[in-house]
Amino acid sequence: MSRQNLSKIFFPFMGMLLVIGVWQLYVVQFAVSTVVLPKPSLVLHSMVSQYWLLLSEGWVTFKECLYGFLLAMAIGIPIAVALTGSRILNLTFYPLIVATQSIPKVAVAPIILVWLGTGLESKLAVAFLVAFFPVVVDTAAGLRSTPQELLDLARALRASRLQIFMKIQFPSALPFVFSGAKVAVTLAVIGGVIGEFVGSTEGLGNLLMVANSQINSPLAWASLVALSVLGILLFGAVVLAERLLMPWVEENRHG
Amino acid sequence: MTGNGAATTGSTPFGCAQNVRKVFQRRDKDPLVVIDGISCEMEQGELVSFLGPSGCGKTTLLRIFAGLTEATEGTVQIRGKKVMGPQPDFGFVFQTPNLMPWRTVLDNVLFPMEILKQNGPDARRRALELLELVGLAGFEKNWPNQLSGGMQQRVSLCRAIIHKPSFLLMDEPFGALDELTRMGMNDLLLDIRKVTNVTIAFVTHSINEAVYLSDQVLVFTPRPAKIAVHLRIDFPYPRSSEIRYTPRFCDFQMSASVALGVTDGACLIRGA
Repeated sequence: MSRQNLSKIFFPFMGMLLVIGVWQLYVVQFAVSTVVLPKPSLVLHSMVSQYWLLLSEGWVTFKECLYGFLLAMAIGIPIAVALTGSRILNLTFYPLIVATQSIPKVAVAPIILVWLGTGLESKLAVAFLVAFFPVVVDTAAGLRSTPQELLDLARALRASRLQIFMKIQFPSALPFVFSGAKVAVTLAVIGGVIGEFVGSTEGLGNLLMVANSQINSPLAWASLVALSVLGILLFGAVVLAERLLMPWVEENRHG
Repeated sequence: MTGNGAATTGSTPFGCAQNVRKVFQRRDKDPLVVIDGISCEMEQGELVSFLGPSGCGKTTLLRIFAGLTEATEGTVQIRGKKVMGPQPDFGFVFQTPNLMPWRTVLDNVLFPMEILKQNGPDARRRALELLELVGLAGFEKNWPNQLSGGMQQRVSLCRAIIHKPSFLLMDEPFGALDELTRMGMNDLLLDIRKVTNVTIAFVTHSINEAVYLSDQVLVFTPRPAKIAVHLRIDFPYPRSSEIRYTPRFCDFQMSASVALGVTDGACLIRGA
């Protein structure tokens, strides 16, 4: 591992240690009640002793967010393709899509719960709803930004519409698709947790609510940490997929 | 071989424009006349430059020749046929290389062959030969963004001629390059022309480059574009950079400068 890579791990780690250290000192020094702010050591203890609970509840939330995100990609990308491919479709549905985005998702969550119940489906649906919009908007922006010269070139060579899409438009939109996906995956976690807050019997969001109501602050904070780890993992997976699918960007970074 | 000199009377020229006018309709404004009656002829294998100030409509004329834009009035013919749209045997080089970053250098060059469904081992061999010709042997597996601007433009040149076009359209292809790189690219273009005998329409705003490369230089007026002066450059090919510093070369540059309204004695400064 190069010196530069090592420092990329070392400094963030030191930053985190510093914050945790200040937190611990503050709580001990000012004798803050555990209910208000538990000591990091207590949170850590809770995480270790309840690791199985956190893992199993985390697995539930992970599935909700992942499926919601994947569904947003699977539906959002074709919709963006359709909207950019047809002026009429764009005029008919784009304002509608924007309008649905102006509705706060927290407000929709109870209705979705009525429709889909308190199981996985309703959380997945909320995660999908929040993640869907950036996927559509960014993919559409990417598809619209194809260099005109490349389209001229393809036109001169009598390329078919499908060839133009597969060989030029979609690959050149890929960086946009991924920036949309990165926003979408973090939103999907928020969506999943909102769904769990509104009504559920499992998941990290649910665990956090339960721990809070039992005034078990260390466990509530442990759930929070687990949620952030989950978010980082999902985000990291998208970054990994980006590097695998767009190797030209990666090689340039090193070279 | 290179069709130097006066257009042969009687036979059809490779390409010609007759009284081409182009008017862009604008909302809430008077229509914009970009090209106001241009006629020209180019023989098979000739290199014809369109030289003019920025925004004068020389690129628009090139696009009309390419079939990418329609003339408002007048016609453009290639090999006696009216140009109705871009043809597969046209090659294009743009101001920016416009390579596809997701394709390796070799796959970028092979792109036209892929669309034309001629992407066999022969095409691959030819692509490697062309890359060698432009001095990029060994770079075929690189990504475009690992190359410099000049190298990228050379890849773009290979892509433009891989399918053996009969007509190569170049829109300020070396405008973004530094002077030294540009002079190298000029010689490279002359080599390519010698090897392929392709007819070339070349848009530029460099007087020196236009005179050095061309059989004919069409000097345009500011918009709306008309032909200010039509120069036939009768230096024999192959040309080498020394001719840039001959008195005759300066005379040609002076004629173009005067037509362009550049009165600062450009050729004397450039001779230094």
